[in-house]
Parts: sequence; structure tokens; C-alpha cells
Amino acid sequence: MTTLPTSTEKKLGLAIDLDTCVGCHACVVNCKEWNTSNYGVPLSDEDAYGAEPHGSFLNRVHTFEAQPSGGGCSQTIHFPKSCLHCDDAPCVTVCPTGASYKRTEDGIVLVNENDCMGCGLCAWACPYGARELDALAGVMKKCTLCVDRIYNENLPEEDRVPACVRTCPAGARHFGDFADPNSNVSKLVAERGGIDLMPEMGTAPVNKYLPPRPKDVPSDAALNGENKEPKGFLAWLDKALEAI
Amino acid sequence: MTDTKVAPRPSPKVSDEVRKTTCYMCACRCGINVHLENGKVKYIEGNRDHPVNQGVLCAKGSAGIMQHYAPSRLRKPLKRTGPRGSGEFQEISWDEAYEIAAGWLAPLRETAPEKLAFFTGRDQSQSFTSFWAQAFGTPNYAAHGGFCSVNMAAAGIYTMGGAFWEFGQPDWDRTKLFMIFGVAEDHDSNPIKIGIGKMKGNGGRVIGVNPIRSGYNAVADDWIGITPGTDALFILAMIHELLKAGKVDLNYLSRYTNAGFLVNDNPDDADYGLFLRDKDGTPQVIDRATGKPAKYDKKGVKPDLAAHLRKGGVTYKPAFQLLAEKYLDDAYAPEKIADQCGLSAQKIKATAAELARVAFEEEITLDVEWTDWKGEKHKTMTGRPVSFHAMRGISAHSNGFQTCRALHILQILLGSVEVPGGFRFKPPYPKPPEAHPKPHAGVQPGKPLDGPHLGYPLGPEHLLINEDGSAKRIDKAYTWENPFSAHGLMHMVISNAYAGDPYKIDTLFMYMANMAWNSTMNTSEVIKMLTDKDENGDYVIPHFIYSDAYSSETVAYADLVLPDTTYLERHDCISLLDRPICEAEAAADSIRWPVVEPDRDVKGFQSALCDLGAKLGLPGFVNDDGSQKYADYADYIQNHERRPGVGPLAGFRGPNGDKNGRGEPNPNQIQAYIDNGGFWINHIPENAQFYKPWNQHYQDWAVEIGLFDAAAPYVFNLYLEPMRKLQRAAEGHGDIQPPDHLRDRVKATMTPLPEWYEPFEEAAVNKDEYPIHALTQRPMHMYHSWGSQNAWLRQITGVNKLYIPGKIWDEKGFTEEENWAYVTSTHGKIKCQVARMDALNENTVWTWNAIGKKRGAWALSEDAQEATKGFLLNHLINELLPPKGDGRRWANSDPVTGQAAWFDLRVKIEKAPPGEHVSEPALPASKSPVGQGPKDIAYGEEFK
Repeated sequence: MTTLPTSTEKKLGLAIDLDTCVGCHACVVNCKEWNTSNYGVPLSDEDAYGAEPHGSFLNRVHTFEAQPSGGGCSQTIHFPKSCLHCDDAPCVTVCPTGASYKRTEDGIVLVNENDCMGCGLCAWACPYGARELDALAGVMKKCTLCVDRIYNENLPEEDRVPACVRTCPAGARHFGDFADPNSNVSKLVAERGGIDLMPEMGTAPVNKYLPPRPKDVPSDAALNGENKEPKGFLAWLDKALEAI
Repeated sequence: MTDTKVAPRPSPKVSDEVRKTTCYMCACRCGINVHLENGKVKYIEGNRDHPVNQGVLCAKGSAGIMQHYAPSRLRKPLKRTGPRGSGEFQEISWDEAYEIAAGWLAPLRETAPEKLAFFTGRDQSQSFTSFWAQAFGTPNYAAHGGFCSVNMAAAGIYTMGGAFWEFGQPDWDRTKLFMIFGVAEDHDSNPIKIGIGKMKGNGGRVIGVNPIRSGYNAVADDWIGITPGTDALFILAMIHELLKAGKVDLNYLSRYTNAGFLVNDNPDDADYGLFLRDKDGTPQVIDRATGKPAKYDKKGVKPDLAAHLRKGGVTYKPAFQLLAEKYLDDAYAPEKIADQCGLSAQKIKATAAELARVAFEEEITLDVEWTDWKGEKHKTMTGRPVSFHAMRGISAHSNGFQTCRALHILQILLGSVEVPGGFRFKPPYPKPPEAHPKPHAGVQPGKPLDGPHLGYPLGPEHLLINEDGSAKRIDKAYTWENPFSAHGLMHMVISNAYAGDPYKIDTLFMYMANMAWNSTMNTSEVIKMLTDKDENGDYVIPHFIYSDAYSSETVAYADLVLPDTTYLERHDCISLLDRPICEAEAAADSIRWPVVEPDRDVKGFQSALCDLGAKLGLPGFVNDDGSQKYADYADYIQNHERRPGVGPLAGFRGPNGDKNGRGEPNPNQIQAYIDNGGFWINHIPENAQFYKPWNQHYQDWAVEIGLFDAAAPYVFNLYLEPMRKLQRAAEGHGDIQPPDHLRDRVKATMTPLPEWYEPFEEAAVNKDEYPIHALTQRPMHMYHSWGSQNAWLRQITGVNKLYIPGKIWDEKGFTEEENWAYVTSTHGKIKCQVARMDALNENTVWTWNAIGKKRGAWALSEDAQEATKGFLLNHLINELLPPKGDGRRWANSDPVTGQAAWFDLRVKIEKAPPGEHVSEPALPASKSPVGQGPKDIAYGEEFK
């Protein structure tokens, strides 16, 4: 049993815009690429060139179809998902060794891999399926919010953001401090009605999702077709040319 | 708590060094920062300074490490030892490889250069490879455009001097309504995603037109799930609505298009449908000031679009009147065409109304003074913030050219091309058809070809046909079957060579196109054509040289394999002579350079061509003393001059590297590019950034940096006279006549104003028997076959299923457990898995392209998911139309450009009985020439 901090100084996390995420997986692969060479053991791939390859990823995009309740055509939703760095993170409290912890200074949930015995309880406890046990190393892997980028003085200041945010082509991922009401992410959540994922689970996730704008709104607009006949058209044309 | 936790503010070392080059995980040409540690690639990110991607990087680009270190990389030149397709090879030296190649090619050059067919697929060095082919003297050269999007490219050039993607882009900062048709989501991938994010952030709206709601259509505010092949009907119905309401930009049309050109309107006259020209050949308009005919380009002349002229018993009408008469016809009313398009009439009307509202009620004005081509000064620039983009979805049909034309005409009627908020060209475009070369096929043994292979014909006199009417080119480009085949027909080369129609060839030489697998139509049959022998026991296509970096399916069918490098090991130039990386506000080009040295005995294909060209003594590849002229491709890039002062790279020219565009070769040019982050950019002055075809400032700037040698303003072609010239010949006028069996087709399809007609395969098949449209798309995270063996990307999409709409799913009784199906076309049958998708046109099925792999290819295990569960739709698509009983081979291609009509496919679906399943056809394995990849990987261990 590991305890959570009663509060954190910052609440660093992501605001993910479902209105602009086109489901391109850029964030998925850039995350893998950065993290396999950085924090902790590599993100390995089993059977990499075989029948059914499967490896560890810290971030995945799921695609769903939604049928609007009011009728209308089906919609496709691309839904990127990684650790939401919950305030009430059940993955931390369930950890028998103290390897999983939430940082007091910024709220990031991390795994101290040296103390992880790979029991997998945290992955079971996470209602979002955001943790993956690396099969080769037997160590639990999860999003670190690129803790090795966001403070990294070897990176230019503008690059001190998570890899997924830096690479997202559609600008659908935003990084910031949700504890600060004036931060970019707090403002976006306020403007766009950002939501918690599965709030009923009581995890108090830090990451927020910005919902898609209304789509396929029926319109009865039509142009007023005054130039119905070719002859009427010529008369209109002549008049219209005069006005130029 | 232990002390092994990460520090509160960790600052680990990122890498030893960053090298900046250009990505090649797709054809998008983004700038990348390659981080190296101990000489190994540790991390690849987007280059923030780069004009294309501005720092972002897609999934493909981010998976570059797995591509660069892929176990499927070829290691040495290969000589075939077993039968074709067996995969049995012997590794040989480059010297021996060149000996073999020259042994085949040198005698051909001396006797019959056309017996070499050299087609280069998806390379980005076409100005170089075409230069090589021209020096060799074969007329049989092209790249992959014929099976990709030539309809889009050619319709764009012919109509307005450029199309989408490399030709131009929306004014993302100002556009308010973006309409996107049938887009392959892997093309122009980062710029479109950046743009959509930006314009949505500005409150703009996106309308997606696509039978399939994935990717960009998923984020579209409005989705129009149109029936495949009917886009032109939809567009022309919107044009009908706009004309009826007078919602067209008349000022723009009269100034910047051929709307005012007088067209002979007497059906009995020999010149019916042609422009009235003066004795200099200049088209005439009626000047509003005088009411008299005048040269359209004369200073002060303002064309009258409402008048007409009687002269010599003939009535001449402005082209715009013909256009209006045509599309005002009730046949184009939304109510008349809505069912065919699978849309409601109201949806079409509302979309037209929305386009008109944004174009005319949300007009933008920039306070930028500029001078037009007639010397008239303008205080402001007026913008219509409606922009469009389209790609293969509308072009890969046999009515695709006319559909693409229709879309450009819609853009032009709205006055939204080359204006603020609209669609903008990127240098060296705009460039009208007249400014492009004409096609050439003049063969002389032992000599170079008489001119460039590809170009833009303006009439029957530019076709490449012999006096007996036979084709000069192996792919029958520029014949009456497809007169404007500006990119050639790569998809017909193997089939025609095998059939000896129009003639037999000796050596097939290909690069970077998987023509024995996913890049070809009719995959199983094409494999047979490559492996079939004649009565003497020789292969029907005698020699096949192939260059690839990886052990792709096609490698197994080649006699000689030239191993290419990975994209991180090579020199390249993304050149203004070719397909550059320019932006609407800047000219730009870029390089690739070996940020990592190859650890195998491989060579960039272009460097191999420098060697081979010298060995063959090709002009341009040898010095006067016969010695090799270019040591490698880098040498060529830096020292070749196409015209005096104009070379492959426009930046850092001159001995001191201080000249832009024009200047002497600079021996340190490539280093200057490296020092500048791998690219060069030259911004267009503010007053030259819009109205480029008609803007004096732009024309002057373009001449200054060497895009062209003299100002060449022009007007857009609403009415396309070259089409009419072909059509007129088919009516019996002129000396150059189409064969009788093509006469009616030319008349029906070469209309100077776009017309919709039913796609050919659809018209030929029994629609009751084959009621379903079948399409492919490419995932955003993969590109053709290049990325599909990638260890990371194949985990995202390693199995493709056929997505079918709920109606068909229910009708056929599919369930999650019983989801295998037989899919049949008139041509073939496959077995695959299906999945339900409701955000889909109800008569359409689709799958991801190029996921299926052949057993033994790509260093994958023979039971790889791509081979056992993945599949190709290509097996169902023939390169020929169903036989008509006339003994002729009718290409399954667009009749204007020859573009492969991939998306005309019609199928039927039946549920497979329960049991154990693998996808079919299950072709036997080829032996892997590179072995198989490792079982497990943990990339990054070495950096810990």
C-alpha cells in the first residue's frame, strides 16, 4: 500500500482536443521513440517481425464510432489515451512495493523501476488501461509526462514539453499546469468545456479531454435562384457586369 | 522510499549530436532533426525551422529508426540464381552488377533504345532519372504518377496552372471554410493536419467529401458520404446552384480567366468550338468599352461576358456563356442528381449556399498594393476565404480528369484561387500547360531522345503515335486512348510488355515501386507475366533490373537487384526542377545527406545511375575524354547545370554561395545546406504573394530567381480548347485522326467543359450482380509499402479488414465471430476478414491499402499477420476493362490521362463458411534474400 500526497504544488497534465485529433498516431510513435531510449528500461517489442508483434506503448489512439442520439450520420472519434496522472490514483495506492508514486511537486505519477517487481496490480487497478507491463523486462511502464524532457536543460526551452505534444501535427495536445487557473490548459478547459474521463471512477484525473464541436448540423439554407433561364441569366450578367 | 527515484528536475543528456536532413518515410518531405549517440540514431523529431512541417512529425517520421535499422535492408547487389520468384540470389560486387547491366543495356542503346523500359516509381529525383533516360535514348520513361494522381495534376495544370499538394495549398491563416474531397491521408500529411488544427482554432469549418469517414473526415464539421465516382455530378450541381443565384465572381472571371474568350458556336463550321483568334493567333474578347473584338491581353481591355459576335456567318459567344448555358440546364439541378450521388438535394443546396456565403459575405481585404499584368495598379487584395483540397479519391476513377476539372472550375467561379483566404500556388507553380514541354519519343539508335519524355499536349499534333497509328511508347501514353497522359502509365508497362502490345521490350528497369505487389493492379496475373516463359524457355520479358533498399516482394522477381540506401544514408535534392518543398509565400528546396554512413555494400540509386551512365558512355554522364563526369549523386547535385546558372539546388549558388536561384555552381553548396538545417528558403515579396499568374511583382521575382526566363502571365482555362481540338479530330476534322473504335469515346470524354459520365468498369459490369463499390485508403501512419514492415507501425496496423456498412453486415449475417468473407469482382476473388463500420457510404466497402504482404518478403516470418490475415484488394482490380468481344485490350484507365481507375471497382460479398481461415489468394513464399528479423527487440538499450 502506497500513499498519495494530500495535494500537489502543480498539476501537470494534458488537455487533448477530440475536435482536431485526426487519429494519425504521431503521438503514439513519437512517445515510443523518445521513451524507449530514455526513462527506465526500453519499451520492447516481442515477436517484432513475426506472426503477431506486440510491444509496450505508453500512449495509444483508439478509434470509435458514435451514433448521435438525435439521429444523423455516424461519427468517427479518435481517442488518444495515456496515463491521466490522477489525483486519486488507484494504481499508486495498490502498489505493494512503493514503486508507483505521485510526485508532490508536480503531480506526475511515476514508477520507480528499481522497486517494481512486475506484479501488475497497478495495471489492474487503473480503470483506463493506461499502464503496460513490459514483457521482456518484467517492469511496469507508463506515461511519465516526459519528466526527462519538461525540465531538461539540455533541450531548448520551447522543446521542454512531452514528446507527444511537440510532435502532434494537428495541435490537438496541450501541456500545462491545471493547478493554475490562468494556464493555457486551464483556459482551454474553461472555454471548451473540457471533461474528465470516466469521472464516476473517482480517480480525479488531471488530464482533460476537449469534446468535439457539434457536427453535421442540418441546414435548410439554399441559394435564391433568380437566374432560372439562360435568357434571364444573360440579362442578369449584363447588369452585374455594369456594376463592376 | 529509495534514492533510485528520478530527480525532481532531471536533465539527462539528449544526444551527442543533431544532424538535420529531410524525412523520406513518405513523400511529404518534412525537415527532421536526427539525434545521434555513439553513431547510432537515438531519436528523430521534426525541425521547427522547416517550412513543410514546422517542427511536428507524423507517426511514419517518428518510426524512422525502425525503418533505418530494418532487418529487411538489402546488403549487396544480387544476381538471381533460381527461377524468378524463388528469391534465390547470389550476392555480387557492384562491378559485376554494372557489367551485367551494361551487358544488357549497351547493345540496346546501339540498336533499339526503346527496348529499355525505365520506370522509377516514387522517387523524388525525376528531373535526374528522366535526364538519364533521355541520354540513354529510350522513350519509355516515367515515374508513378499514372497510377497515382495524374488526373489531379493534369486537370490542375490544364485548368489553372497547378493542382493541390506540391502545387499549392490553402491560405491556412485566413481561410474560413475548407472543403476536402477524397483525400489519401498519407499525402501532404503534416501540412494538412497543421492547417486543419490552425483553421479550426480560428473558428473555421471543415467539410469532408468522402464515402469513408476516417481521418480528416472524422474531424470534419460536415461529412458528405458521397457515392464513389459521382463527385463531378455533385460539384456541377453546386455550380448550377451558384450560377442560378448569380453567386460567381464576375470581376475575377473577366480579368483572370478565359471567360471572355470568343468561341465559335456554329456546329456546322469546321472551327466549331475553337476560339476566335486574330492573325497573330491571340484569342479575342469583346471589349466592353468599344463593343468590338480585341486581344484578350491588351492593356485596358475589359472583356464583355454578356455580349456575342456575328462574323462571317458565324456566331461567337464568350466561353462563360457556354459554361452558364451548360450548367444552368435542369439536368444539373440537385434534385436530378442527388440520388445518384447518394445525397439529399437539400444537402447539395445547403453546401452550395455555404460556399457562396463564406466566399461573398466573409470577403477579406488586405491593404497591399500590387500591379497586374496589364499594368493596372490595385490598392488592395480581395480574398474569398473558401479553400479546397482533393486527392486520389476523386482522381482514381475513369471520369477523374473531368471531375478534377469540375472542382477547379468551382474554385475559379468562386474567385477563390490565388487570393487571400483561398487556394494559393507554391513556386514554381502556377505554370500553365503552354509553359510545360511537349512530350517526345524521337528515337535514334546510339543517340539521346529528341527531347523530354513527358509534357502537356495542346492538340493532336503533339500525340506520340506512328503513322500507322501505333503507339511510340510501351505504356501507350499520349495516344488516342489517353491523349493527355502527362505522367505516363506505369501500371500498363508490364502488361503491355508481356503482350508485346505495342511492341516487345528487352529490359525492364524499375526503382522504388512495388510492381509485383501492392503498386500494381492485378497482382497475381502480373506475377505470372514476370515469370512466364516463351516457347524457347526464355522469360517473355527477358531482363528485369530492380533497385530497392529493402527486400520487397518485387525483389524476388528481378534478375539483378541494385541495393539502395536508407533515407538517412543518402544524398538527395528536393529540387525546384522537380517537386520542391516550396510554400505559398516562399521558394524553397532541400537536401538529404548521409547523416549515418551505410554499414552495407549499398549505394544510392542515383549514384548507381551516375556510374552506369558513365559505363554506357551516356552524354551528360561522361567528360569529353570519356571519363566519368559525376562521381556520385552529390557531385551531380552540386555541379550539374540545367540551364546556365540554374541547377538542381537553387540556394547558396555562386563561388561564394551568396547567390539565390541563379548562379554558378558552388563547390561547397551541400555543406551550406547542411549548415542551414538541410534546406534553403527565399521569401516572395509581400506585393507578389497573391494573384501570382497575373501579378507583375510575382512574375518579376520568378524570373529573378530563375523559375522561368521571361514573365509569362496567363489566364485560367474555364473552357479548355486543347480538349476541343481532340474532340474535333474525332468528329473528322484535320489530318491526325483517331482510330474508328475510339472515335465515339474521344467525342464523349474530351469535352472542353467538364462532363460527368459513368465510370467505365461500372458501365461494363452487371450492377445487380456486383452492387458494391470497393475502395482502398492508406493509413496516415503508413505510406504505400514502405512503412509496413516497420516493427512499430506494423503493431498499429498489421492486419487489414474490409470495412462494410451496417446494411451489408446485417444482410449477410456477419458477426464478430463469423467475419470471413469472399469478395468477388468480374476479374477475381479474394478471401478476407470484414468489420462493420457505419460512418460509411451505404453501398461502399473499403480497406487499408498495402497492408497485405507476400510470404517471405520484408524479412518477416512466413506466418506474419500481414500474409495470413492481411490482404490486397489489388487482386480484384484488372489493368484492363472486361473484354468487349472486339479482341482489343481496353485499359482500365481514365480516357484523358490514362490514370489507373483503381476506384471504379465493383464487387459482391458472400459470407465464408465457419472454419479456420487464412486470407486468399495465399501465394507461396519466396525465399528471403536477407533472412528473417530478430524475434524480440528492445531498441534503446544501448543508450542506457
